[in-house]
Amino acid sequence: MPARGPEPQPRGAIIRGNRPIDQQEAARRFMDAPEHLAMHDQRLWDLRKKRDGQKEIIEEWEDLRQLASDIKTHTLTHLDTYLEQFEKNAIANGVRIHWAKDAAEHNSIVAGILRSKNARSLIKSKSMLTEECGFREAMAHEGITVVETDLGERIQQLDNENPSHVVVPAVHKLRTDVAEVFAKTIGSDPNNSDVSYLTEQQREHTRPLILKADAGMTGCNFAVAETGSVVVCTNEGNADLSANTTGLHIVSMGIEKIIPNLNSLAVFVRMLSRSALGSPITQYTSHFRGPRRGAEMHIVIVDNGRTDRLGLEKFWTSLKCIRCGACMNTCPVFRRSGGLSYGATYAGPIGLIIDPTFNRHKYSTLPFSSTMNGSCTNVCPVKINIHEQIADWRQVLAENHEIPAFKKSMMKAAGALLASPKLYRASLPMADSALRHLPRFVLYNRLNTWTRGREMPHVPKETFHQWYKRTRGVDGKKK
Amino acid sequence: MRVGLFVPCYVDAFHPEVGQATLELLERFGCEVEYPFDQTCCGQPMTNSGCHKESKATEELFVRNFKDYDYIVAPSGSCVNHIRNNFDAVAQTDDVKHVRARTYELVEFLHDVLKVDGFPWAEFPHKVTLHNNCNALRGLNIASMTELRAEKFSKPRDLLGMVKGLELVDITRPDECCGFGGTFSVFEEATSARMGQDKARDQAKSGAEYVTSSDSSCMMHQEGCAKRLGLPTKYIHISQILNGERV
Ligand code: SF4
Repeated sequence: MPARGPEPQPRGAIIRGNRPIDQQEAARRFMDAPEHLAMHDQRLWDLRKKRDGQKEIIEEWEDLRQLASDIKTHTLTHLDTYLEQFEKNAIANGVRIHWAKDAAEHNSIVAGILRSKNARSLIKSKSMLTEECGFREAMAHEGITVVETDLGERIQQLDNENPSHVVVPAVHKLRTDVAEVFAKTIGSDPNNSDVSYLTEQQREHTRPLILKADAGMTGCNFAVAETGSVVVCTNEGNADLSANTTGLHIVSMGIEKIIPNLNSLAVFVRMLSRSALGSPITQYTSHFRGPRRGAEMHIVIVDNGRTDRLGLEKFWTSLKCIRCGACMNTCPVFRRSGGLSYGATYAGPIGLIIDPTFNRHKYSTLPFSSTMNGSCTNVCPVKINIHEQIADWRQVLAENHEIPAFKKSMMKAAGALLASPKLYRASLPMADSALRHLPRFVLYNRLNTWTRGREMPHVPKETFHQWYKRTRGVDGKKK
Repeated sequence: MRVGLFVPCYVDAFHPEVGQATLELLERFGCEVEYPFDQTCCGQPMTNSGCHKESKATEELFVRNFKDYDYIVAPSGSCVNHIRNNFDAVAQTDDVKHVRARTYELVEFLHDVLKVDGFPWAEFPHKVTLHNNCNALRGLNIASMTELRAEKFSKPRDLLGMVKGLELVDITRPDECCGFGGTFSVFEEATSARMGQDKARDQAKSGAEYVTSSDSSCMMHQEGCAKRLGLPTKYIHISQILNGERV
């Protein structure tokens, strides 16, 4: 395989300030790269298939989903109680707890901790919350070097891109893309895209940075209130590396990560990796209960819009999400568009329903990037009714003037037309008319788009309505 | 049993033969079928775009047309899913509740209400693959879904199994959405067409001569994609096969 294919890796959505993301535009570019598209679709579909296989092995699978959903519902409706319990126990374990109301506060708290220790470099295991907080950029302003320890995330960091998927951050890259990034950034051979070669190159390059680091940071998959401990699941063991290499471990944790006790943890540990990768368990499920002797452990508990979301009647259950990515793997739109086409920290089905809670205008188009086929809802291990919430968002957005004006007026016209049998009949296409295409109320002025990838349907000589009238009469009696 | 026949807008305009087959099939089983003349649509296109309010008048018209029937039957899972599960732009009067509870997709009506045990007139000596529309599959539970751990069943398969000579073949991604998605097919044309083309390729690869489904909308989109790709697969609504159409 040549290291430099002729096909460059398509880049994600173009961000224009607060303007609504044009997911379709980025999706089109992704679909115009056939090798990337085929690889991306197949990789993620394979994960979905492996997940299906795991579910078949576990007889109580659907009960587990219900249980996981119930535990999350319970915890989210008693969040204050469990957060306080968690804080109390963690402090008793020797951990220092910080509360951050938003991304900026999270970043400044972490910067403060690092400053107090004179720490200039930080190794970090992958965390979506820190992506959400724009953490790396913020640290760069503070003059602090951040090195990702997760391989996929490191690739993304070196390529100056966001993770395109919550579990497999560089899934949209061919190995030739990785070879190219490494050649440019760490000086590996641009013509060698062998996986073990690339991994080894990266390891050689990053290991000294890890060993020399002043502080370590991890995310948090689950925070157990009963024990005050945090649990991080990785396949590369890099959370342990980030937590233990230095004398300072900082945990970045969203308030919704809390669960009551170790019994409930067992339920999630059984679901997470099976849903995500179709493997029974992650290679490392690390429990961090307190600082090692002589070391410090800090936990920053972050809100960043979560309590607001909790107050949204139709959308609060999105906080149940355990970030397994199963909804992305099964989503036919995600598989064909690439995660970066969504132009947001969270892509795919779960992204469609939480991104607008961060910024209703900027992410107003995302809930329309779905066929609402419901597969995401079916795979979700915590039973979030994702496709129904997508439909609910469309309604909220339409009512709040966050859909294009032409779409709204088109639907108004369609509504008026379809409520009037007379007008409706008059608008139908006839075989002998010039309108040999879909009814105007469906397509309006966008007629041209249907035929870009498809042929028009054949238009019959008469409609069913006309046939019925001709053969049976208005009263339905056969003529 | 008085049955109101609902022929959705795109079936009326593009696939009148599906309306005809549905009507004849119901009559073969002794149903007293009427086609209310002032019907148009169920309101789905507007709701699908978030414009619930804009579908209110259409939904009211639907209720006026169909409130007096014992059952309402339509050869379209996605419209029935809209009526049963999303018909909430209108006030939920007794008439509306009646209409929502009594509207059936043709396959489930034959399977669950009429409990038919044969189609002696039907013979279809071809290789056929089945497409379950997502709304019919995940909204109406017309068949078991590959994502869930559950007993395997399929109402359309049960019915097709009673057709002489018909051989069902499988595709590799049986429950994957074909990308029609209502207004998605228009507003997000590129992804929609790509998904449809992938679906059409999968169907062609299965060796099926025909694709059948209880939804014309998905098939209209898939057929358009197959034609564009120059694939030989043909598309036929399940009502036509069950009604004994020979091709
Ligand atoms: S919404 Fe459900 S399926 Fe999607 S990432 Fe979250 S937990 Fe996983």
